[in-house]
Amino acid sequence: MGKFLARRLLNYVVLIFLATSFAYLLAATNLYPRGYFEQMQPPPSPEAVNAQLDALNLNDQTPIAQRYLTWLGGIFTGDFGKTIQGGDVASQMWMKAGVTLRLITVATLLGSFLGIAIGAYAAIRQYRAFDKSATAVSFFVLSVPTVVIAIVVQVLAVSINDLAGFQLLRYSGEYTAGFSGEWYELLLNRVYHALLPTLVLAVALFAAFARYQRNMMLDVLGADFVRTAMAKGLTRRKALFKHALRTALIPTITYFTFTFGALVSGATFTEKIYGWHGMGAWLIDSIARHDVHVVAAVSWFMAITIMAASFLSDILYAWLDPRVRV
Amino acid sequence: MSQTEDLTESERPDGAEETPSIPPMPNRAKDVLLQLLRTRRVIIGLVLIALLAALAFLGPVISQWGIGERDFTARLEGISPDHWFGTNHTGQDIFTQSTAGLQKSLLIGLLVALGSTVIAALVGSFAGYFGGITDRVLMWVADLALVLPSFVILAILSTHFVGQGGWLILVILLAAFSWMVTSKMVRGLTISLREREYIHAARFMGVPPHKIILRHILPNMSSLLIADATIMVSTAIIGETALSYFGLGVQPPDVSLGVVIANGAPYATTAPWVFLFPTVLLVVLVLAVNMIGDGLRDALDPHSKSRRS
Repeated sequence: MGKFLARRLLNYVVLIFLATSFAYLLAATNLYPRGYFEQMQPPPSPEAVNAQLDALNLNDQTPIAQRYLTWLGGIFTGDFGKTIQGGDVASQMWMKAGVTLRLITVATLLGSFLGIAIGAYAAIRQYRAFDKSATAVSFFVLSVPTVVIAIVVQVLAVSINDLAGFQLLRYSGEYTAGFSGEWYELLLNRVYHALLPTLVLAVALFAAFARYQRNMMLDVLGADFVRTAMAKGLTRRKALFKHALRTALIPTITYFTFTFGALVSGATFTEKIYGWHGMGAWLIDSIARHDVHVVAAVSWFMAITIMAASFLSDILYAWLDPRVRV
Repeated sequence: MSQTEDLTESERPDGAEETPSIPPMPNRAKDVLLQLLRTRRVIIGLVLIALLAALAFLGPVISQWGIGERDFTARLEGISPDHWFGTNHTGQDIFTQSTAGLQKSLLIGLLVALGSTVIAALVGSFAGYFGGITDRVLMWVADLALVLPSFVILAILSTHFVGQGGWLILVILLAAFSWMVTSKMVRGLTISLREREYIHAARFMGVPPHKIILRHILPNMSSLLIADATIMVSTAIIGETALSYFGLGVQPPDVSLGVVIANGAPYATTAPWVFLFPTVLLVVLVLAVNMIGDGLRDALDPHSKSRRS
């Protein structure tokens, strides 16, 4: 088991290294940081532009291999280079990562809990009204792109605010700029702003989880061990909770970790539309600014989360499912 | 299902002119087709797709406005005889833009699904059939492609989507990043098919491996591949919309539904028609494709029957 996990981990580290390097090389060859400086007003002299590009290790006149090695050397000491405005990428990254992780943690927990509960209940009530409506709703939600959900919720929030006459729902930013007060007021302010974007992500996740959990639960409900549990005199509730649901949750948990990893890039659109300064929004902005180092850092972070999630799901699966012996 | 009577000619009391003397061969394609046509979901989906396709290809033709053409006398105007779906803030006709966008979204979805299914089928079956080092290398490539931040790469390369046929590059890239999961599934199926008698027979007769894969293994999982490709169509359409919304997908002068929706989103409250029409078209399109895909999967996979509601 230990050997298996170690080999797996090594493989993941190699994959992360390759993915990040690839992203760096692609960004360095396709983005054009020189243009960013040249279009400044007043236009700087070519020497000044070169000096600035050299200082940032972004000069396209230096061979790509040399720039890559300089950048790589920095990575191993935890230095992700400078942003195009001269800031430190690493310190900004942890701040943005915090924003994204907070958003997606709450959203995945909320969405998956709702989805699992509704999906499992729908499976128990198969072909009844509840099951039919839950399946129809999740089928419909899965057919609507998250971007559209995000915009529609925002539009609804605007009209609700108009109706209420004051700003009842916040749909922009992570907190009110310049807001100060006691810690609980600050917290409340943040929660208030987080309501809508979390809701958007949670709705999309709920649909996926409800569908998945319903299928898993239906597979288990027909299994012999559930029938045995009922036959030996357990109450229906106990048989369903202790035996059926518990078994049906195993694949869902691995699905959960996978979703969480994929959501770092999946939340991009929600972040951007709701004005949250998370990883995804940072990425889109930095591509527009031709900021090579930020693009590479975000790619690294996304690769890390995906790998961490799939490593975690490997462990969880081996731990939860007694049939998996490696 | 097809008929299961196994009466022979002599046992049949009335004339046997239309009944064959031996029971008809079970025809899987016919079975599946019959079952599909009995599923209401699939029928609705097919009708919707047909309507949308007609709209997508006829819309820009019957409209009196060109794609991207501006009517400077009517900016952000509602529904009128001149502009059936109204106009946006630059005076572009929403009907023309939406139908042209629908056409592109539909094409992108179909092409991406086709491309990624072909890649997935080839990679998965070669990895599964040969095993060993081929398997290791191909699956490692699949893992790498899964880890590569596809969104970052698409966004960086979006500058290349400009110009005539630029959207085809987008199609290739989208396909290049969506084959991995299916290929793993194909690999698993190939490994179990590899040991069947007919494959052994073909091998011992000296049929070369690539012919075995193309003639015997892949046709045997064609139903699964078709169902998977259908789901891929809707995934690709959704992905393209999201990219185009941020200007990282289809580039002007091409329009896709994502572009039209993005143009309309800021006016969603003040001029709902700008946002509403393209969004409704998109949702109906994805819904229809999903209905067909879902129905196909049920018809083809006997295991999933118990799950339907």
